[in-house]
Amino acid sequence: MVPLSLIDSGCRVRLHRICAGRTLTARLASMGLVPGTELEVISRSAKGPLVVSVGDTRLVLGRGMVSKILVLP
Amino acid sequence: MRNAESRRRREEATDRRCVNVALAGNPNSGKTTIFNDLTGARQHVGNYPGVTVEKKSGVCRHKGLELNIADLPGTYSLTAHSVEETVARDHLLDARPDVVVVVLDASNLERNLYLATQLMEMNLRLVLALNMSDVAAARGTEFDLQLLSQLLGAPVVPTVGHKKEGIGELLDAILSTVEHQQDAPVQVSYGRELEEEIARLADLIKGSNALSGKYEPRWLAIKLLENDTDLREQLASHSVVAAVDHSSKRIEDLLGHPPEVIIAERRYGFISGACTEAVRSTVEARHTTSDQIDAIVTNRVLGLPVFFILMYLVFHLTFTLGDPPMGWLESLFGWLGGAISSLWAPGSESAIRSLLVDGIIGGVGGVLVFLPNIVLLFLAITILEDSGYMARAAFLMDRFMHKIGLHGKSFIPMLIGFGCSIPAIMATRTIENRRDRLTTMLVVPLMSCGARLPIYALIIPAFFPQTWHAPMLWVIYMIGVVLAVFAAKLLKATLFKGPAPPFVMELPPYRMPTLKGMMLHTWERAWLYLKKAGTVILGISIVLWAMTSYPKQTRFSRDYEGEIAALVSQHAADSDAHAAKTAAIDQARQAEELAYTVAGRVGSAIEPVLRPMGFDWKIGTALIGAFAAKEVFVAQLGIVYSVGEADEESDSLRNRLRESYSPLQAFCIMLFCLVSAPCMATIAVTKRESNSWGFALFQLGGLTALAWILTTAVYQVGSVFTTG
Repeated sequence: MVPLSLIDSGCRVRLHRICAGRTLTARLASMGLVPGTELEVISRSAKGPLVVSVGDTRLVLGRGMVSKILVLP
Repeated sequence: MRNAESRRRREEATDRRCVNVALAGNPNSGKTTIFNDLTGARQHVGNYPGVTVEKKSGVCRHKGLELNIADLPGTYSLTAHSVEETVARDHLLDARPDVVVVVLDASNLERNLYLATQLMEMNLRLVLALNMSDVAAARGTEFDLQLLSQLLGAPVVPTVGHKKEGIGELLDAILSTVEHQQDAPVQVSYGRELEEEIARLADLIKGSNALSGKYEPRWLAIKLLENDTDLREQLASHSVVAAVDHSSKRIEDLLGHPPEVIIAERRYGFISGACTEAVRSTVEARHTTSDQIDAIVTNRVLGLPVFFILMYLVFHLTFTLGDPPMGWLESLFGWLGGAISSLWAPGSESAIRSLLVDGIIGGVGGVLVFLPNIVLLFLAITILEDSGYMARAAFLMDRFMHKIGLHGKSFIPMLIGFGCSIPAIMATRTIENRRDRLTTMLVVPLMSCGARLPIYALIIPAFFPQTWHAPMLWVIYMIGVVLAVFAAKLLKATLFKGPAPPFVMELPPYRMPTLKGMMLHTWERAWLYLKKAGTVILGISIVLWAMTSYPKQTRFSRDYEGEIAALVSQHAADSDAHAAKTAAIDQARQAEELAYTVAGRVGSAIEPVLRPMGFDWKIGTALIGAFAAKEVFVAQLGIVYSVGEADEESDSLRNRLRESYSPLQAFCIMLFCLVSAPCMATIAVTKRESNSWGFALFQLGGLTALAWILTTAVYQVGSVFTTG
């Protein structure tokens, strides 16, 4: 189990858990990020946000957030 | 009881032959396109999340029935996190529409259905519009519409919004939903433990008259378990809140996750159950063209250079392509002025002639000349919006925006601000955090809007060589961006201190902007500009003309007539010395006349404030007019420099500006106009959106003070270099 922030681009992972407040968890859920969701890291920059794909959706996730999202390879 | 009541209301609605319909859906699902198809409206459609931030409504007739259609802002869920979600939810709760059309992006069905599951719980009658079904079909996705409709308990209609396909079928489905009694709606089952708690809470809600009158009990119970802060606040004093806390704790103890996580999982479980049965994807297409473009455009090395080049192209095209038609318009107004002047005998004084030629053609004509530039600027912004690049710019700028304590999403309103501050301030509604929203709102006017473009387009060619035109314009715009960044940083460090909130945003797929869409939106903006010129600017031009022409001076400090007569007797009438001296005397006389008028007096009164910036009173009066609308600045200069002009073959306004001011002064004028007091409409919209006069006046005062300090500094330092 590793934070999403450590995943290289091109890797597919499964979301395990979101360690964040209840509001943020609900917000991510409404955008399709719930435990069990498969996602792929599309692009990442050194310090900026990540782009992940969830199904056909591309989401931008801020840096602070990706360290709170735990994933399984 | 509730069902009986809603049925009665529905029957009433049918009797009235009038149906209330609401369009709901995720951001960027094509809701507004469907709205335009249904109502014939021309609401702006863009390709970035959050184009519709306000509820809009329209009317449509179908088979003898009148449909009132409300287009709600796009939302991912009905838990109120941002202003748009609150607007959408309040409409559904308060207006209780007869039918809710859920617009679903067919190529993103599972996530889009998440919102639909919540609408089902509100006991609303749904019609599902499977929009952009052509894109999904092209990707090899097949839908079993009948099965899908059965599983979801609502009719499913495939539509292609931008081709107007399926709109008739959608209307038929709406009508048959209104007319026919349906079975009990399909519900998501949340599992035994949760369902027990939901049932317990729903009973509690049913027992309370205050709640059951307004909310669907099951929906409210689920929302409260989801920890909806807005609803919790509203019901803070109610005993149900304590019961919810108790239930939440029980669920977390039993299942190891807070209820909202379980609820979201079950909803997705329900959706994916339906989709596995009714949707077949034949191709496993993952990397689309969109991803290939993003590989370059959002690349960590190439991304920013691409962004700056695109921005530069926007300004370059605005100037170079706009130049020839601008010249034609200038000649047209010049000719018109001459033609009207020739109706009066040469040398005769006429107030009407002066009003028409100096006031209206000089003022309004001076503003209309820049129509081609405005059209091109808006065309460029429309292309950026419709293609989907806007959201990429937000992604690119996130790192940068993070440093000033905001995140990338705040960059979208700032880019829209290049067009006009008003929609830009409205677009801040997508920012969830209030501190960030206010910061963005207050700095948006620093993004140089379309109304300021005529000022630059007038001044830059008058003072700077051809090769410098586009770079100069780019520099002015960039100064605005840099100042906005610093102002935001300052605000975030003082007034709106607080941690940067999490940043999540959808990147819409790239779409080819349609010719029709571009023409429509550009025409809309051009029409707005023309209308503004014909109303506000015309009105103010007449007022300013009167202020610049009256009161008329009858007794002068010098005897100009006598001096000219004396000249005639000294020199031969055609000699150069004679002409130059006559002109000098004429100019002195004009200056004295102007100083005597209302505008001259107001200008002189404020001149001490303007002088440190290198401005004279003529610019002062133009700046006062500019508060009503920025374009008036150009109009007023046109008036000041044409009133009292004796000779028929007057120079163009640019030539006269070049004679009166130095390039340093010209730059200071542009700088001041860029930074200073936003127009009245901007102040009004800031007041409305921030719900506070305090912030609106702070914006007005703060920006004007900043403009004064900066311009004074530039002028004073610049003067040292240019004279020394």
